[in-house]
Amino acid sequence: MTVLLFLVPLALLLGALGLAAFVWSLNTGQYEDLEGSAARALSDDDLKDAQS
Amino acid sequence: MTMDVDFSALATQGPDGARRLELALDGMTCAACIFEIEAALKTIPRLAAARVNYADRRLTLEWTAPTFDFAAVAERLRRMGYRARPFERESGEREERETSRRLLRCLAVAAFASVNVMLLSEAVWLGGDMDASTRDFFHGVSALIALPAAAFAGQPFFASAFAALRAKRLNIDVPISLGVLLSLAMSVYETLTHAPQAYFDSATMLLAFLLLARYLDHAMRRKTRAVAANLAALRAPVALRLGPDGAQSYVPLAALTPGDLVLARPGERIPADGVVVSGEASLDESVVTGETRRRNVATGDAVYAGSMDFDGALTIKVEAAAGGSLIDEIERLVDKATAARSRYMRLADRVSRLYAPLVHLAALLTALAWLAADASLHDALVTAIAVLIVTCPCALALAVPAVQVAASGALFRAGVLLNSADALERLAEIDTVVFDKTGTLTTPEPRVANAPEIDPALLELAARLAHSSRHPLARAVAREYPRAAAIEGAREEQGAGVVAIVDGVEARLGDPRFCGLERDCAARAARGDASVIAFRHGERTAALVVRQSLRRDARETIEALARRGLRVIILSGDRVAPVEAAARTLGVAEWRGAMKPADKVARLEALRAQGRKILMIGDGINDAPALAAAHVSLSPIDATEIAQAAADAVFLGEGLAPIVTTIDAARRARALMRQNLALSLLYNAVAAPLAMAGLLTPLIAAVAMSSSSLIVTLNALRAGRETRREASTQQSEAAA
Repeated sequence: MTVLLFLVPLALLLGALGLAAFVWSLNTGQYEDLEGSAARALSDDDLKDAQS
Repeated sequence: MTMDVDFSALATQGPDGARRLELALDGMTCAACIFEIEAALKTIPRLAAARVNYADRRLTLEWTAPTFDFAAVAERLRRMGYRARPFERESGEREERETSRRLLRCLAVAAFASVNVMLLSEAVWLGGDMDASTRDFFHGVSALIALPAAAFAGQPFFASAFAALRAKRLNIDVPISLGVLLSLAMSVYETLTHAPQAYFDSATMLLAFLLLARYLDHAMRRKTRAVAANLAALRAPVALRLGPDGAQSYVPLAALTPGDLVLARPGERIPADGVVVSGEASLDESVVTGETRRRNVATGDAVYAGSMDFDGALTIKVEAAAGGSLIDEIERLVDKATAARSRYMRLADRVSRLYAPLVHLAALLTALAWLAADASLHDALVTAIAVLIVTCPCALALAVPAVQVAASGALFRAGVLLNSADALERLAEIDTVVFDKTGTLTTPEPRVANAPEIDPALLELAARLAHSSRHPLARAVAREYPRAAAIEGAREEQGAGVVAIVDGVEARLGDPRFCGLERDCAARAARGDASVIAFRHGERTAALVVRQSLRRDARETIEALARRGLRVIILSGDRVAPVEAAARTLGVAEWRGAMKPADKVARLEALRAQGRKILMIGDGINDAPALAAAHVSLSPIDATEIAQAAADAVFLGEGLAPIVTTIDAARRARALMRQNLALSLLYNAVAAPLAMAGLLTPLIAAVAMSSSSLIVTLNALRAGRETRREASTQQSEAAA
């Protein structure tokens, strides 16, 4: 069962990474405009900049 | 018309030196508008950034240079068909956003902890042949996750419970905090003594469930408030200020200070309270007093914000509300009524006030009974704590907010914006509905009252002609055919009317004398609250009676309210004759006219003394004290700001139908809340005896607690579904 001594902390670490990512996205205001963000993903204005 | 608006007063400066201005946007219909707006504003010089928030329908402008060409921004937006109005973000809204973020952070931590602890707990429950050292290891890891997570995520509950205890009260957060803290403490003790059972999973799961409910409740209310604030910003007028050098500029109302000179022109509303310095005009003060007869003002007279200037330009000196003015008296009455409104005790609080002592007593009795039956002190304490854990009011705490979220979300989509959290519960209790007349039962703007008697083709021609004038009466005629094309070459003669050549024949709209129709119109002009406007096109003539008319569905709404067993009363500040006429048309037996704001409050107090629970519906400044004094109150969206602030909810749209929808939704919501409370009490009636008998294992506790919470939440969703269905059938009926 010593394998648990590695696996449990590893699983927790991965979970904590997800939690940290969520808190980061929350603090940088990424939940302020959910509808707008969904549409912005479809914008291709970055392509136009690249061509010009 | 170019608007040179000075909005710098509303900009905020960030710590990095950048200035920001928020605008409420009207006219955004799809997500593509985001790119259109942002691309169009990219090329404005000295404007650092323009970013659209699509969910809130707002635009944030950012710049670092001292100023930029705001007029160009407004002009570009206008040309694309958007209307933008700057927006003073209330400090309350900023706090709300912080609270919302904090709840979401707590929720994330609690959810992370509960999932991971549950994973470990399940291994302990189901791994039958697990040796004791592995079990201790799992419990130890659970403790390392659960303790810091609960310390962080439990703060909202601990803080509220602590505040309640310090005020020597009990609220629902007290048993919640107690349950969480005790289950953690007992689990730590059991872990240290290598006992087989720990309750870390229950504690964290409980927090996650409760935080989810609180976050959703909060988010729904925040969204409603943001929409209401947007609508207010879009309606907020700008004032035309006269500078010391005679220059005219448009400024937002917030930038006005006492002593400023502002101009009011015919067809505009007076922007601020003050005294007339020059000019004379007749004012429609119906939003201020409810009175529909116009008042003539001249130099030296006091005028009130919101009054409609009918004719004549006024120069007004803005004055701070000095004691004794009408607005002052209103504000004093509102304050008094708000303070007097006995703090409403919410359903959940009433239940938890009974529940908490009962549970604590049960736990105490359990411990004593076990000691009496010769159990060890440890076993007696463990059983008593198990009782407290299993009765921790998770389902009880979810019962009301879950219904609230579902019902207010459905009402939001039906066009009713709830202001206060307990409005639904209070709405469900009402047995009397009191209406204001002017602006509530009637349309806020005047309409052509005799439109059905007039040849439609003639009326349409009159409306086309009316589109060329800014006069309030002409606008009332124009409103009959809002999309009719204006006639080219129409010429307005100040103070008389509009004239144009149509099909080679002269058409005139305006004063009866201007059209040569004095005799035809004289008979109709007998009453003081109606204005007569004449129209002539060659030999064809018409006399149009313009007055504030009843809203289209006023009669149906009052009938629907009466069918629900509600007593309907009209209390109006208008003169007795028009109130009587309206009451008779609507079939309302109880009405009173010529009521001052204080009279309305006194009448409501008298009704309350009879044990009546009153819903007040009003829009005017004079209604504000009554709105604050009533058990619960509603305002239409075109109501004055002070009335909306005093009301518990605001409804959108032209008609009154949302009132019936709201009452029905509130009654259904209360029924569901009661069902939910009954369900959660039933769960306790089953689970508490199990715990008292010492039969409770952590597995049973986890299953029972989560399933009761789920049942309550699923039951609450019915509130939203039925309100939505009803609102859509009402809309299709209205369309048919």
